[in-house]
Amino acid sequence: MSQRTPLLQVQNLHASVDGKEILRGVDLTVEAGEVHAIMGPNGSGKSTFAQVLAGHPAFAVTEGSVRYRGRDLLPLKPEERAREGLFLAFQYPVAIRGITNAYFLRSALNAVRKQRGEEELGPVEFMDLLEAKLKLIGWDDSFLDRPVNEGLSGGEKKRNEILQMAVLEPKLAILDETDSGLDIDALKTVAQAVTLLRRPDNAVVLVTHYNRILTHIAPDFVHVLSGGRIVKSGGKDLALELEEKGYNEWAQDEAPVA
Amino acid sequence: MTRPADVTERYVADFKAFAGNGAAGAPAWLKEIREAAIARFAELGFPSMKQEAWRFTSTAPIAETAFALSRRRTGAVTPADLQSLNSESPRSARVVFVDGSFAPELSTVADLPPGVRAGSLAAALTTAPDLTRAHLAHHAPYQASAFAALNTAFLADGAWIHVPAGTRVDRPIELVFAASATGAPTVSHPRSLVVVERGAQATVVERHVALNDAVYWTNAVTEVAIGEGARLEYYRVQNESRRAYHVATTHTTQGRDSVLSFHPITLGAGLSRHDIYTALRGSGAHLVLNGFYLLRGQQHADHHTVIDHAQPHCTSHEFFNGILGEQAHGVFTGRIIVRPGAQRTDSKQTNNNLLLSAEARADSQPQLEIYADDVKCTHGSTMGPLDEMALYYLRSRGLSPEMAAGMLTYGFAAEILGRMEHPDLRSELDQVIRARLADRSPGGRRA
Repeated sequence: MSQRTPLLQVQNLHASVDGKEILRGVDLTVEAGEVHAIMGPNGSGKSTFAQVLAGHPAFAVTEGSVRYRGRDLLPLKPEERAREGLFLAFQYPVAIRGITNAYFLRSALNAVRKQRGEEELGPVEFMDLLEAKLKLIGWDDSFLDRPVNEGLSGGEKKRNEILQMAVLEPKLAILDETDSGLDIDALKTVAQAVTLLRRPDNAVVLVTHYNRILTHIAPDFVHVLSGGRIVKSGGKDLALELEEKGYNEWAQDEAPVA
Repeated sequence: MTRPADVTERYVADFKAFAGNGAAGAPAWLKEIREAAIARFAELGFPSMKQEAWRFTSTAPIAETAFALSRRRTGAVTPADLQSLNSESPRSARVVFVDGSFAPELSTVADLPPGVRAGSLAAALTTAPDLTRAHLAHHAPYQASAFAALNTAFLADGAWIHVPAGTRVDRPIELVFAASATGAPTVSHPRSLVVVERGAQATVVERHVALNDAVYWTNAVTEVAIGEGARLEYYRVQNESRRAYHVATTHTTQGRDSVLSFHPITLGAGLSRHDIYTALRGSGAHLVLNGFYLLRGQQHADHHTVIDHAQPHCTSHEFFNGILGEQAHGVFTGRIIVRPGAQRTDSKQTNNNLLLSAEARADSQPQLEIYADDVKCTHGSTMGPLDEMALYYLRSRGLSPEMAAGMLTYGFAAEILGRMEHPDLRSELDQVIRARLADRSPGGRRA
């Protein structure tokens, strides 16, 4: 048994939106260096889980606890979570009128750096850092001067989320259906970038409906979320099993157990 | 309440006095135009909110104020008074008007290429009689507009810019209209004429500034003629006193394959109305109409735009963004006419309004009149508070709620600023707007 503090420890998490309970007792422990996949049918609560961890104001946690790097995550505001190294790649990234990617990324990075006690970066230093990141993940700088997520294709928006992740260097990255809407090549580039960003001191939670991204990013653990609970956990073989059998087995067990 | 007839009679009486002395020396043809214009003004009277084009803007505060025609007061303004204007950025000429009158002692010419003129229209009536006569009152017809008619009746001076064919002016030509009024309400009617001939290129910035927080009225008309293949980038920054009234008409006419980028920026005046008529008169002409308004307190600004596609293969891209705080009211009308035969017209229009308070208000009216069948026309307008999802998205990246709100708000300006080509002017306006947005005082009067 490891004596270190888990990066993320979720216990019996219940959450609801507009009075409707979506999460009904989620348990999950993520250690540094690990990749977890959370799979499940549509409407199982996957995205809700991701958004609750990021602090979306529309969701109310009604029961349970979330500890992140040894502290209670739930009282923290979304920006505080981000500054503590938690990152959510959105399923539907939001367009920001008039604000270029470069300006946005620098503002976000400086907010995070300030929290870490590091000096804020000026435009020139930031461009150096950004170029290094782009080089690392093998992307060009063509959309840095374009407004955030505006006029981008679905794939470009997802790629943009991964670029943000590369710049912000989170401890825990949650990727909410980053694979959906990507063609094979785009999926490959995104998966490669995520793999390159892996380090022994960070962890990735992949929320996905499909196995295909997992053939590029091998998960250490696969969990099936259904009816707002994790109903099965296993190794990467579980994803293959799901690919074959589908989610029908759990779809029928929707009703809460207790 | 003053009866409408009394109001117009006052201006007719003022006109008689003006025609008797102040207008001395004007050529006969101009005198005729003035006479016709005052007669037209008397017929039209001030617009009423019952008229479609004025349904959101009341001119009663202007009609009911007894404005005296402003007079030239030599020495009333010193160069030091104009220091607040960004004087760092290089320009080729600065032409200054104080309360509507040319102020040669404040005007400077740095490096105008040979043949290029930037100065007083009154002087140009003598020095360039044929050219001024060919253009003046030809682009801005006064028959349809009471304000243009009144300006034409009192037409005495304003800016004159002439860029001869094939000439390129690299640095901006700056026109400054400064209001120095302090006492009883006065009105000025600056009339400007900008002629950029075939194949010429220029950048112009027209500024309206106030030296005091006084009640006055500026009733400006600017006519802009752009020749075949010419390129003009025109900035207009209206930063009048918060108690001032500002009514302006800008008429542009473009020849074949010409390019005009027009950036009207509205920051000042308590009540303002800007009529913008752009006529695409030659095929292949390209227009970018890129406007922005930032209003606070009780400010009311009405932008009334008409884009007239008269020839085929022209493009017009119109963008107006507004940021409205406190009880401010922004009005936008975007009329696009595609005349028969104007095939392959490519026209798009957007008007986005950010409402920073529950009491702020925006009215937006697209009006498309399309009489050709092979055209691409799109339009869209939005109004509302800051997007909650966007705020959350920015916060999820580490930005505080204040930073997130500030960034989203600034984005409405940045989108417009991003289309400005001149780096110095863009960065100057960027600073002005950022300072305004950062000003949290009631009414935002500090910045």
